[in-house]
Amino acid sequence: MADKRRNIISQRATNIPPSGIRRFFDLSAGVPGIISLGVGEPDYVTPWHISEAAISSIKKGYTMYTSNYGLLELRQELSRHLNHRYKIDYDPKSEIIVTSGASEALDIAMRAVIDPGDEVIVGDPTYVAYIPCIIMPGGVPVTVPTTMDNDFELKASEIEKRITPKTKAVLLGNPNNPTGAVIEKDELLKIAKLVEKNDLAVISDEIYDRLVYDGEHTCFASLPGMKARTITCGGFSKSYAMTGWRVGYVAAIPNVIEAMMKVHQYIMMCAPIMSQIGAIEALKNGEDSVVEMVDDYNRRRRVIVNGLNDIGLECHMPKGAFYAFPSIKSTGLTSDEFAEKLLLEDHVVVVPGSVFGECGDGHIRCCYAVALPDIEEALKRIDRFVKKHSG
Amino acid sequence: MKNILKALEDDARTTPEKIATMTDKSVDEVKTVIAQAEKDGTIVRYKTVVNWAKAGEQEVDAIIEVKVQPQKNVGFEAIAEEIYRFPEVRSAYLASGTYDLALLVAGKTMQDIAAFVTNKLSPIDGVQGTATHFLMKRYKEDGVIYDDRGGIHRLTVTS
Repeated sequence: MADKRRNIISQRATNIPPSGIRRFFDLSAGVPGIISLGVGEPDYVTPWHISEAAISSIKKGYTMYTSNYGLLELRQELSRHLNHRYKIDYDPKSEIIVTSGASEALDIAMRAVIDPGDEVIVGDPTYVAYIPCIIMPGGVPVTVPTTMDNDFELKASEIEKRITPKTKAVLLGNPNNPTGAVIEKDELLKIAKLVEKNDLAVISDEIYDRLVYDGEHTCFASLPGMKARTITCGGFSKSYAMTGWRVGYVAAIPNVIEAMMKVHQYIMMCAPIMSQIGAIEALKNGEDSVVEMVDDYNRRRRVIVNGLNDIGLECHMPKGAFYAFPSIKSTGLTSDEFAEKLLLEDHVVVVPGSVFGECGDGHIRCCYAVALPDIEEALKRIDRFVKKHSG
Repeated sequence: MKNILKALEDDARTTPEKIATMTDKSVDEVKTVIAQAEKDGTIVRYKTVVNWAKAGEQEVDAIIEVKVQPQKNVGFEAIAEEIYRFPEVRSAYLASGTYDLALLVAGKTMQDIAAFVTNKLSPIDGVQGTATHFLMKRYKEDGVIYDDRGGIHRLTVTS
């Protein structure tokens, strides 16, 4: 009998491009002795005092829902933290929601801001979830190319060229995954001017805010006039090595928070209470650990970038996050071919730049949140691989 | 300076060239800082942490609490030195609390350590009493957790 079932998959779900990263995950399974530079998370485990705070809270019986907004103490700590670091005032009672990671923060921000047909401007290459998060509520992503010539910094002048009457928002990933680019304050001020002039919203994903090595991170919402237009997304995953905890936040003015709250309360209710308690401990007593980890990433950053350049893979010095994004154009391979052959022949996992957008092709993403001996061994293998495939 | 020392503390074999890359300094600058730190005792020595049990070598360790009678003018110093000069004493500390000196003592067998306590430590003038605790399992030493992270695996590729 013929199968008469209709296809139950929605057009919207069909339209979401699958992540190119999954293929490499499958490819790497079962390859022995691989070294992975393919991850997007710290190699540290969560500092013990943070884990201990959460364990102890579970023992005491903190196992229930929290306020949809999140624990007030955590919102107060976040407010204090953002004020201390970026001189910006967010009211803990009406301007912050604790989310299940910055991923959820990004999702509820998009859903609160985008109507079907609205255009959202975003840099290319860009974090893999940005474009799907724009598409899901019916938005139209408009990409702005960035290149190695200017360290992949997103330029206001390039944004301006793509503003149309349909443009609703600009999505910033700053610092950027996969390029490690940090948008300098001068450039952010120019973007702020455009935002003001064209009456736009800004979704600013600042999950890597603490991982900035040269210079200082600028919180977009702290720029003059920008708080009212900006949704700041952040979290604990990268700074405090808490990826598995799924705890982050959004900060915005009260009416925007209320719009996001409607989405958040129906899809998530609240972030896990034990993770929120861990996050409080992180903000109260985690600064030393952050500094220690950032110093360590910084040392590894210089080793990997110098190593890649020595191999002949031209690589700019990324100013933030924990990724090197070298060009592999000298090998004549596409980034997909390079990554697949490198994995199968010399057992190093990297992520092809093409999964992050058109401008990522010709590059690979190498995470350096990896133990130094492994980085050194990976560099040896990449050197061998490049020699084999050039000339 | 701190970054250079941190790199060496993590791995004493890190070359000055590598440290120069890591810290964005010149090789000469790194060499000068290390030489100075070696000279002034900031770098005490370079050491390898060995898991002797894994190498098939038997070693028995004990923590020994020692109660001593401090001496006029020199306090604990003279008697502490008399004790820590023994090669069996790996580490020695003056401690607050119910006893005075805390020793970490190593031997090949329990008998070795028992002999050390009976024949060498206890007879010293001024030693009033000892309490020996044999160590049964090593979980962590010098900041390194032994057999750590068994079973914890990161995914190989994540976004």
